[in-house]
Amino acid sequence: MVQALNRALSDEMEADPDVIVLGEDVGTLGGVFRVTDQLQAKFGPHRCFDTPLAEVSIIGASIGFAIYGRRPVPEIQFDGFAHTAFEQIVSQLAKYRNKTRGTVAVPVTVRVPYGGGIGGIELHGESPESYWIHTPGLRVVTPGTTSDAYWLLRESIRCNDPVIFLEPKRRYYLREDVEFPFTGAPLDKAVVRAEGTDVTLLAYGPLVRTAMEAAAAGPADGLSIEVVDLRSLSPLDDETILTSVRKTGRCVVAHEAQRTLGVGAEIAARVSEAAFDVLQAPVLRATGFDTPYPPARIEQYWLPDAERILDRATQAMEY
Amino acid sequence: MNQPLEVLEQATRHRYHVPARADLLPDEEPVRLLSPDGTLTQDERYPLDLDDHDLQQLYRYMVLGRRLDDESIKLQRQGQLAVYTSCLGQEGAQVGSAYALRRDDWIFPSYREHAVARVRDVDPVRLLHHSRGTWVSAHDPREWRFASQAVSIGTQIIQAAGLATAAQFAEDDIVVMTYFGDGATSEGVTHEGMNWASVFQAPIVFFCQNNGWAISVPVSRQLAAPTIAHRGIAYGMPGIRVDGNDVLASYAVSRVAVDRARSGGGPTLIEALTYRMEAHSTADDPTRYRGGDELAFWSAQDPLERYQLFLSARGLLDDAFVAEVAQESADMCARVRSEIYDAPHGDPAELFEHVYEGVPAHLAAQRAQLQGEIAAARGDAS
Repeated sequence: MVQALNRALSDEMEADPDVIVLGEDVGTLGGVFRVTDQLQAKFGPHRCFDTPLAEVSIIGASIGFAIYGRRPVPEIQFDGFAHTAFEQIVSQLAKYRNKTRGTVAVPVTVRVPYGGGIGGIELHGESPESYWIHTPGLRVVTPGTTSDAYWLLRESIRCNDPVIFLEPKRRYYLREDVEFPFTGAPLDKAVVRAEGTDVTLLAYGPLVRTAMEAAAAGPADGLSIEVVDLRSLSPLDDETILTSVRKTGRCVVAHEAQRTLGVGAEIAARVSEAAFDVLQAPVLRATGFDTPYPPARIEQYWLPDAERILDRATQAMEY
Repeated sequence: MNQPLEVLEQATRHRYHVPARADLLPDEEPVRLLSPDGTLTQDERYPLDLDDHDLQQLYRYMVLGRRLDDESIKLQRQGQLAVYTSCLGQEGAQVGSAYALRRDDWIFPSYREHAVARVRDVDPVRLLHHSRGTWVSAHDPREWRFASQAVSIGTQIIQAAGLATAAQFAEDDIVVMTYFGDGATSEGVTHEGMNWASVFQAPIVFFCQNNGWAISVPVSRQLAAPTIAHRGIAYGMPGIRVDGNDVLASYAVSRVAVDRARSGGGPTLIEALTYRMEAHSTADDPTRYRGGDELAFWSAQDPLERYQLFLSARGLLDDAFVAEVAQESADMCARVRSEIYDAPHGDPAELFEHVYEGVPAHLAAQRAQLQGEIAAARGDAS
């Protein structure tokens, strides 16, 4: 996935001279995860450059570059450090188009490696997506597969809205054969990854792979699971979600993020408002717990795995 | 520590031997060219390159700014504006600094730069719609190169630094000037913006109007450095203190800073000493925190009165010119009044149009809901 993201950046920088990459360690080092490897060598120090160690600056300056007419792709090194830039993201980046009555778009794509499962220390395993989803004006996008990582990043950079692009860092080393030029589904569409008839399982980012494992194990428990990869968390693709739920009559949402006010809560509300007539069970959630993200040695108890997801699916069948 | 300095410097990627940089420190006294009686004293470091027309323009912009300020406060009292933040007393600092810019230079203001906006000739009606609550920025920032007015303190400073860096990378010779107050110097983002600009040697001028007060909190609670301008040396940029109620000094120091930025010399921090004669905003009551002596002191320092004395002595303020500017101000205020007074509140359905490039399905549904509610309310009313 790292190479796919790197190629997406390189291809988009090649295609559009306004695209610039900035952040901590993105230049000479090529990023702590090597996502920006060789970009400075290829495109020069004005297209890919290291900034001071300052998240407010990385986002705030990106807004200035965007007002000037550039298409910045800032990197926030780890999920937990994005909070430092909260004001610039939530009150400035998200609102600039709106407050200028549509005259100034700020097409900034903020790349954030997110989620747990890598044995990291504190603030290196957060799932902050709900903060951004709760903010009108931001798009929130997260790939679950390597090919989608390539395509969604290119689409996000081309999009004229600010995008929080969440990269599931524990899937950075997922391998997939991709033939270029590669074209994927549109930016704001969810995709059915596995067909099934009993339960709709909605997942995104790092848990797409886990959801596929659950779906593969389903038949042993007599379960036919349909996996929908959300891809865009804001806006949500209600149409694809509801089409699947109308087919299966049951819905389970899986995410690493804490349960309260997570994506699962919003989807449960939307599904019960729009498809109450077909539901055979309440919408259930397989999520992280409402505690701070745990220390690495016990994170496996916190993160939803295929077992936890299958438990919810089985529970949905029992109503 | 016995290695040669060069080895240490190579190993640490930083300088060990650093020459003292007293040249970055402000003078003991702020730069002042005009004394309160209007006498001009030239300072060869900050030469004045203004002809008679320019000198009259400075007067004109200060008068326009002051008259619009007065009109805006009246409009607020009459319920036409939600709130207004006066720039009364700060016209010298604002007009002088902005006059040092070219029309294609960018301005990143806070919410008090009304006299700066007169120099840039941003449509005053559009700017006042911000105060009225019609729309946040009813002007197009790119048309006037005047960014959206920043309400959260200091947030514009790093955006300004970013735009300056973008221009620098593009080899575009524009300069950015960003305005903020003494209170903003306590914000972390102000530090980040100055640090960023210095690291990149970006073409930007940081223009701080130290007006003594951040609502009710005096500048003594904001910093313990000798002055705000002293902070420049920590970023490796010159810090200049100027009498902000002296429009000529404000112009002259800004001109030097703007020229330095444009020629690749990097950023400058200017601290203009001035005073907010009015309340922080129309919602504020300054009698709770400041006394009459202070007001009397600053009244005697009025930037416009001082400048009028200077212009008169030069023979540049005859009755015809004064009348012409007064008429222009009256016409501007009349237009502002007629266009703001009872101006329509706008179409609430437009709310949904500027959130994203298009209108996503969930917002289209919410817009339909609101339109239904409005239609139902009209039905009930008829």
